[in-house]
Amino acid sequence: MLAYLIRRLFAAAVMLVVIILVVFSIFFLVPKWAGVDIATSFVGKQADPHAVEAVREKLGLGDPIYVQVWHFFKGIFVGRTYAAGGDVTHCAAPCFGYSFRSEQAVWPVLTDRFPVTLGLALGAAVLWLIFGVAAGVLSALKRGSLWDRGAMVVALSGVSLPIYFTGLLSLAIFSYGLHWIDGKYVSVGDSFGGWFSGMLLPWITLAFLYAAMYARITRATMLEILGEDYIRTARAKGLTEPVVIGKHAMRSTMTPILTMLGMDLGALIGGAILTETTFSIPGLGQAVLTAIKNQDLPIILGVTLITSLAVLIANLAVDVLYAVIDPRVRLA
Amino acid sequence: MTELSKTGAAVGEPTSSSPAPSSFLEVRDLKVHFPTDDGLVKSVDGLSFQLEKGKTLGIVGESGSGKSVTSLGIMGLHTAGQYGKRKAQISGEIWLNGTELLSADPDHVRKLRGREMAMIFQDPLSALHPYYTIGAQIVEAYRIHHDVDKKTAKRRAVEMLDRVGIPQPDKRVDSYPHEFSGGMRQRAMIAMSLVNNPELLIADEPTTALDVTVQAQILDLIRDLQKEFGSAVIIITHDLGVVAELADDILVMYGGRCVERGPAEKVFYEPRHPYTWGLLGSMPRLDRDQQERLIPVKGSPPSLINIPSGCAFNPRCPYADVPKDNLTRTVRPELTGVGDKHWAACHMSQEQRERIWTEEIAPKL
Amino acid sequence: MSENAEDKAGSIPAQSDGAEAGPAGETSGTATLTKDAAPGEILLKVTGLQKHFPIKKGLFQRQVGAVRAVDGIDFEVRSGETLGVVGESGCGKSTMGRLITRLLEPTAGAIEFEGKDITHLGVSGMRPMRRDVQMIFQDPYSSLNPRHTIGTIVGAPFRLQGVEPEGGVKKEVQRLLSVVGLNPEHYNRYPHEFSGGQRQRIGIARALALKPKLVVADEPVSALDVSIQAQVVNLMDDLQEELGLTYVIIAHDLSVVRHVSDRIAVMYLGKIVELADRESLYKAPMHPYTKALMSAVPIPDPARKNAKSERILLKGDVPSPISPPSGCRFHTRCWKATEICRTTEPALLELRPGQRVACHHPENFEDQAPQDTVLLTAAKEAAELVADEVLAESAETSAAVAAELAEEAAAEEPASEEPASEETASEEVAASEETPSEEAASAETAEASAPESGSQESTDK
Repeated sequence: MLAYLIRRLFAAAVMLVVIILVVFSIFFLVPKWAGVDIATSFVGKQADPHAVEAVREKLGLGDPIYVQVWHFFKGIFVGRTYAAGGDVTHCAAPCFGYSFRSEQAVWPVLTDRFPVTLGLALGAAVLWLIFGVAAGVLSALKRGSLWDRGAMVVALSGVSLPIYFTGLLSLAIFSYGLHWIDGKYVSVGDSFGGWFSGMLLPWITLAFLYAAMYARITRATMLEILGEDYIRTARAKGLTEPVVIGKHAMRSTMTPILTMLGMDLGALIGGAILTETTFSIPGLGQAVLTAIKNQDLPIILGVTLITSLAVLIANLAVDVLYAVIDPRVRLA
Repeated sequence: MTELSKTGAAVGEPTSSSPAPSSFLEVRDLKVHFPTDDGLVKSVDGLSFQLEKGKTLGIVGESGSGKSVTSLGIMGLHTAGQYGKRKAQISGEIWLNGTELLSADPDHVRKLRGREMAMIFQDPLSALHPYYTIGAQIVEAYRIHHDVDKKTAKRRAVEMLDRVGIPQPDKRVDSYPHEFSGGMRQRAMIAMSLVNNPELLIADEPTTALDVTVQAQILDLIRDLQKEFGSAVIIITHDLGVVAELADDILVMYGGRCVERGPAEKVFYEPRHPYTWGLLGSMPRLDRDQQERLIPVKGSPPSLINIPSGCAFNPRCPYADVPKDNLTRTVRPELTGVGDKHWAACHMSQEQRERIWTEEIAPKL
Repeated sequence: MSENAEDKAGSIPAQSDGAEAGPAGETSGTATLTKDAAPGEILLKVTGLQKHFPIKKGLFQRQVGAVRAVDGIDFEVRSGETLGVVGESGCGKSTMGRLITRLLEPTAGAIEFEGKDITHLGVSGMRPMRRDVQMIFQDPYSSLNPRHTIGTIVGAPFRLQGVEPEGGVKKEVQRLLSVVGLNPEHYNRYPHEFSGGQRQRIGIARALALKPKLVVADEPVSALDVSIQAQVVNLMDDLQEELGLTYVIIAHDLSVVRHVSDRIAVMYLGKIVELADRESLYKAPMHPYTKALMSAVPIPDPARKNAKSERILLKGDVPSPISPPSGCRFHTRCWKATEICRTTEPALLELRPGQRVACHHPENFEDQAPQDTVLLTAAKEAAELVADEVLAESAETSAAVAAELAEEAAAEEPASEEPASEETASEEVAASEETPSEEAASAETAEASAPESGSQESTDK
């Protein structure tokens, strides 16, 4: 088990380095090939050439690519110093550079916004796991019933309706129409209650989409597992139906659900763009959207790396849970 | 092996008008039908037999003859946990130790499962839960019927594993099924099914998935355990060799019905149904001199949706035209006595069958 | 690794005589092996065949071991005969089938078909061979493409080989369907419309399409019901007679194998332990494993119920082919195993005409290592599972055979007919060749060992 863990950790670390390399190269090479000068875009279009040169020197944009990569790496792990003539800026680790637009350091932007997105993703995940899995199990047990058909129709609509539609609809009904919930985002630090009620609609909207997918996969897996021989054995032992379903069948059904959960959580952390925009939540998704509009490369780069890290960690957690659930995995 | 506290006897009141039988297990006119899109699948269509404690009944038949469906029916596994809209239609009576199971409260039947009647399945790898240790699965089977703590139950599990011949049972009790070999898994499965000293043990193709040398070990084990526990055993198989090893009585199934039933010696030495002849003739035998040719049964097993009218075996029977008036194709033959405790369902007269067997079939086997 | 090299050395010399003899074997070496068997040229010859599946582990997929599925086997198949291959799961019989049809690439060894080395032929090189060598698979449900009609499936070999049969593909396919007992009008039906037995007939029709010389059938009837099995067995019988086919039939069911085969190879953990013609093998098996395997088959005769005495129960399970036992691979479960069985791998020797055995202490024959009489502890445990009658009987027959051989050898003094071709320095061979010269002594030891094993039983009780 320990060896398995160490192997996975090592693999994750290697993966992380590879990701940093690839992402950096893409973000700094592509503009070059596309004929866009980063220094110019940093300074602005009507900049005076000296300022552009100063920026180029300070950001080290004239250096060969491997030097740039090395500096980038160093910045993340030990910090780096930008210097152009007498103009010296020290950027402490972890340094992801400075925003082209606001000239703020990227890292504080990320740390500001990351918890917001994390809260959104985790809250929604709890909701969709509870409702999605429960609906899936019920549908499987009542296969062919009205409940099953109804649940699957709802699930289908959940999968096919876009977030901005369901989000706006829920905003219109519950916030503007019924005034049940104030749809404004409040930071947790200011008021937990305010944060909670502000997040309710985004959570529900996001969870609706995912719960639908989870209900479908749970139903399908559960139906398959219920046909397994060992379920028949469990019944032949005289176990009660709740034990057969809740213990024997559920444990096997969890495997594919966990796999999905790991990927979805990871992806959501970097990309709840639609939800965050619809509900005006100042998370990573919103930050990256603005950054894309502004061609603010350092921010995009930072968010991309954070997202990759989140996916890696989520997958690592899934791998570990896998091994806990399925003893056969421990051997591999 | 000290459990004597059986409470299951005669709890359910018989709801049927017919009196409770004296046999330990009696199945009367059992029918198990499954509705499907293509029609009603009549997997078991009127099956009756009795079984006493300490005896072994072998149910023989090909795939789709209804033998496994029968065993699951006795265990009540067609109704337990069937969630779909299309439920199996079951009728008839199943008397176990004075209780009629089909009309009894399902929860009462559940309590009998695993305690009074237990089952061994064909493929021990898929029949054991891959995520739980062997020990945990046996402990669970024991604790559902006995109010004991986990420690006691685990001791019991180790004891059972030891009894079925698993080496180092105190260590292997914490192994997972995938860490066992096929033979060991089937031993563990047997240990699990016997943990509550059931009075009825149903073994559904217990050795089909095993190698022949392991099969010999397992058959030996089942035989020894039966002697020790004195339970009634139903062994379901397609292998005539296996039933000959174990069974006192043999029931031959074809198309969801019993075509011949009797003591093992009678069924092997004086079979009175053409299908039984066919089974015996199809089988290459190691204990005889080399047969020149096997005598196969022509055609294929019947569809259970459209069971041939008359005798279900008539399209494959070489003697279908022996009885007069096209009887085989119009009237379903009933089981009739052909000897002491020996029945067969065939329209041919006893004399005709005796003649055909002794003159035409037996010499070629 | 060294063990591996050793068994290579042990098995190849036994066969080396005919290896360089070139096409279609009228060679002296093979002639001695076939002297009393059915006529027929050697169609397929396998020498030192090995297949090791590597086991890779860890981040860098380092090879940490190998499953020695087939670990050095020699045999030949003569045209027109049926060679049956039996063994339990994991003995390598299916891998062997896939090797000789070249669906798998051998790790070592050589396969000759009609005198031509096909061991390492590539896909294009094998194409012409594929016409001559066909395979029938076990599972008639998964081996037929459900989206293709029967006509397409059976006609596929013609298209793949670019052969235009006389009268067109359709006509030929219909003829094949009727040959295997199917209705030719079912040409346009799909596999799911057929029962298991009929599907297996379709598989056979496909295999026969190009008039192959050799058909390798891997468990052709084990997925079928008893009554259907007999139909397919009879069909294969008839086809062999009509078309002069040569079969290699791989099966786990000893009764089926006996019924269909002329000669039978018994495999255990990647090795052939006994290779003999049917009658000898079933009447007087020499390898203890063969004997145990046959006695384990349940006999469909209720009179024998509880006749435990005839059965040899083997202890435990087949060991893992990843790290097979040293010496004789069967020694961990054998009731006759002695020290030599643990240390030295027995070569597959022709002890009796037409019967090759790899055993130091064969049944129904004189002991090959009579000096070695102390049983291993495992063997003592194993012997407890073997009925006394069986032990006594085997000791008796061995003694009788030894005595008989001693007489023969005394009568005709130059006792060279036995392993004339095996002029190798291998230890065991040397031991077996010594025996004729010191007949008296060996007969004595064999006789001496008989009462001894008897006394051992009594201590066991």
